[in-house]
Amino acid sequence: MKIGVVTFPGTLDDRDAARAVRLAGAEAVSLWHADTNLHSVDAVVLPGGFSFGDYLRCGAIAAQAPVMESIIDAANGGLPVLGICNGFQVLVESHLLPGGLIRNEHQHFICRDQKLIVENVDTAWTNGFKLGQEITIPLKNGEGGYIADAETLNRLEGEGLIAFRYSEVNPNGSVNNIAGLKNKKGNVVGLMPHPEHAVEPGFGPDTSAAMRSGVDGLTFFTSVINQLVNA
Amino acid sequence: MTTSVDTTKAAKKSPDKVQPYKELGLKLEEYEQIKKILDRRPTSAELAMYSVMWSEHCSYKSSKMYLRQFGEKVTPEMTKNLMVGMGENAGVVDIGEGWAVTFKVESHNHPSYIEPFQGAATGVGGIVRDILTMGARPIAVMDQLRFGAVSNPDTARVVHGVVSGISFYGNCLGLPNIGGETVFDKVYQGNPLVNALSVGALRHEDLKLAKATNPGDLVILFGARTGADGIGGVSVLASETFDADGPSRRPAVQVGDPFAEKVLIECCLELYAAQVVAGIQDLGGAGLSCATSELASNGQAGMRVQLKNVLLRDESLTPEEILMSESQERMMAIVPKESLKAFTAIVDKHEVEYSVLGEVIKEPRLYINWGDEEIVNVPPRSVAHDGPVYERPVLYPTWLDQLNRDSVISNNLRRATEASEIAEQIVQLVSSPNQASKSWITDQYDHYVGGNTALAMPDDSGMVRVSEETGLGVAISTDANGRYCQLDPYQGAKLALAEAYRNVAASGTVPAAVTNCLNFGSPENPEVMWQFKQATAGLADGCLELGIPVTGGNVSFYNQTGDVAIHPTPVVGVLGVIDDVARRVPSGWQDEGNNIYLLGTTRDELDGSVWAEVFHDHLGGKPPVVDLKAEKALAELLHGASLQGLVASAHDLSEGGLAQAVVESSLRFGMGARFWLNEITERDNVDLTAALFSESTARVIVSVGREDDVKFVGLCEARGIPVLRIGVTDQSGQLEIQDVATWNLSDLKNAHGSTIPELFG
Repeated sequence: MKIGVVTFPGTLDDRDAARAVRLAGAEAVSLWHADTNLHSVDAVVLPGGFSFGDYLRCGAIAAQAPVMESIIDAANGGLPVLGICNGFQVLVESHLLPGGLIRNEHQHFICRDQKLIVENVDTAWTNGFKLGQEITIPLKNGEGGYIADAETLNRLEGEGLIAFRYSEVNPNGSVNNIAGLKNKKGNVVGLMPHPEHAVEPGFGPDTSAAMRSGVDGLTFFTSVINQLVNA
Repeated sequence: MTTSVDTTKAAKKSPDKVQPYKELGLKLEEYEQIKKILDRRPTSAELAMYSVMWSEHCSYKSSKMYLRQFGEKVTPEMTKNLMVGMGENAGVVDIGEGWAVTFKVESHNHPSYIEPFQGAATGVGGIVRDILTMGARPIAVMDQLRFGAVSNPDTARVVHGVVSGISFYGNCLGLPNIGGETVFDKVYQGNPLVNALSVGALRHEDLKLAKATNPGDLVILFGARTGADGIGGVSVLASETFDADGPSRRPAVQVGDPFAEKVLIECCLELYAAQVVAGIQDLGGAGLSCATSELASNGQAGMRVQLKNVLLRDESLTPEEILMSESQERMMAIVPKESLKAFTAIVDKHEVEYSVLGEVIKEPRLYINWGDEEIVNVPPRSVAHDGPVYERPVLYPTWLDQLNRDSVISNNLRRATEASEIAEQIVQLVSSPNQASKSWITDQYDHYVGGNTALAMPDDSGMVRVSEETGLGVAISTDANGRYCQLDPYQGAKLALAEAYRNVAASGTVPAAVTNCLNFGSPENPEVMWQFKQATAGLADGCLELGIPVTGGNVSFYNQTGDVAIHPTPVVGVLGVIDDVARRVPSGWQDEGNNIYLLGTTRDELDGSVWAEVFHDHLGGKPPVVDLKAEKALAELLHGASLQGLVASAHDLSEGGLAQAVVESSLRFGMGARFWLNEITERDNVDLTAALFSESTARVIVSVGREDDVKFVGLCEARGIPVLRIGVTDQSGQLEIQDVATWNLSDLKNAHGSTIPELFG
């Protein structure tokens, strides 16, 4: 099982995403932004960071990178793709997911342990969760406010395309508390919080059981592996 | 372009040409010394180089004679793990298993007052490049901030700018911010302190040095293009006192692009891995002047450089400006000719621009040409290392005896007598700006990136894993107390060292090395110089006593507005090593039913304390006594206890005393606790105010599971550490101090947490 992790110039969480893939039991394959070759990976993670310095608009330049041509084609063909934070922004800029992400309502970068409600378990990346499950995933972004026009929002709500909603606190002013989305097929998922930072005891968010022991993020990666194994 | 260049030829022909050495920050005798070295007047390019390299910031001319003792007051035992000591870009410490770490703290005070956002941002950028230059992957940052009074309207401007600048740059670099300090005091009003620390990790064999040794090797400048930002920054900015009516100095502040730096980091690490660079130096203060002269001087070689090859952002720059520019995100590599192809393949992959400026020569001489004209011809050592050294006059401050006599006792400062008043004071103290939660600031920093953060704010120290295989890691804590240092700079520096040392020990690590950032007023003021002399002696003596070496540091003078200097503020960072970060100890209790022990003795020490500041707006007397033997014994005990898994949490007692510690430890995980203080007051013969607010050193509170009680107390007694059970944790959701008050943790959390957002949010 091989899962590709893309590195754009300015990507920051690629090594973390690769570690998460390994901890879940798959092989992590590094994909370079300038290379269209996907090296026959079974799934792709677009990790967080500030690709191309977030210049122009977050994710806008990365969406035009050669590797994205292949990823967009493959995603339309059903390849599982997970976009985390900046990766979510790239997915939106690539039109694999609708809407947009803007500066946090309070204007500050925010790093916090965020509670999320799993709204859809019918995806490659969430099938290991229970519907309505509350999970804790670190969030860290400056431009994580999700927006979409009324028509798109109606469609997202109506078709059940919302994968995660913020629970307790809406950290960035996202409409309808939207933290993450899925596409219709469920192979593409994007979210602002960082599941790759909640995969290893000792380095994740605090839980009531012990400090930094939260590993809710691991389920994203085991979900996709299970789906691929059972496919 | 019609501007004529000043050449070495012209310099010989026109010995009497009037030169602006004074405007560039050089004194007449320094200018004369340059003439003597060159046996002619300097060209304007040479003058530019000397002026920046001989500035206080780069040459350490006023501090050098005192900094030497960090290298002298050592034992062989202390330096046995030191792979690189002071003088390089950053010290390197062997931490075992083939790993080494390098860490350093540096100031960016002056730029951060003028342009807080860019000043703070480029401060992070600069220290990270220092770490990168040693061959290490930077793995974390911390920052030590001191601002003016919260009541002054200008403070918010500086706070917002500095915090966003650090957040912007550090987050975009992908380095976890694992801790730091934030202090407000009116003495920093016109002179905020913005210190930044970075730590990096490397395998022993990957160590790089800033050296140009082999003749024929190429001198390559790569990274961002050179522009007009930060010209003369070091000489004009960092080495002169601000004049309230002076001209705007904004053009001398550099502008940072963290994206470019992130790309540069990955590019450099790939260059190192491919072993294509023989030497490397970052471009920070003094830009090309520094990089060329230091590389050549360190390698006891010379260099021939064609300055026209420098890639520019602004084609109108003069040669002098190019030599002085402090444009960020640039590096200089020394590359063997046969490695050029491999070098260019890697920089091209990262789309980093580069240009070959020249080559290393055997003759220890630095030649710089502008086209066909020779504009620099100097011995590199005279620029980089043989700058002036001053023994500045020192004078015991005329006001100090009076200040020392003006104590809490002599003034008979009122102490609360009623339980209700003490209860109120506890809440007031933990919600005062300096003691309140800084999460409004630290929540703006990414502390997760990298996936190796084992401890971060609000724990006593930040800890990162270095080896994913074994869990080997390091913890760092930094401390400084300007109020103590004002009362006694010698003891004050030792107190900062003791606190940082205690903090890393409390987290379960073995203290291993020290870095410092010495923030002081003008060295031309003999009283300031006396403070500096005392503080450096205190720090060096303290390190010798604790047996841990200083591996490097930074001096920032001229932190004053007009004649008024800041409190002497020597920031001391201590690095500790832990064989497995899984064993780390947080600073708050997590489990119910644990016993809470106070280790150490409480004395009535309130001079210079938070209590004196918050309730009496008082600063006077003598700071707490430092007992480094007791600190060492305490650290060894904590390490032993942590190895045996006996302590569930440990929090050092320092500013705000026991009151601050019990509130913070309860709020860390929201676990309640009940305390009784009568045994402290009886055993140590102190009143309730002293028991709660005294800042006596060598004290820690720890929580211990019931099953480990006997073992733990036995360990303390065997080592002669005073130990007293003062409380127990519970699920009540409350903090109770018997005979004083009971609070809901949610109320305390609100009081402790709302101050900073209300002021700045």
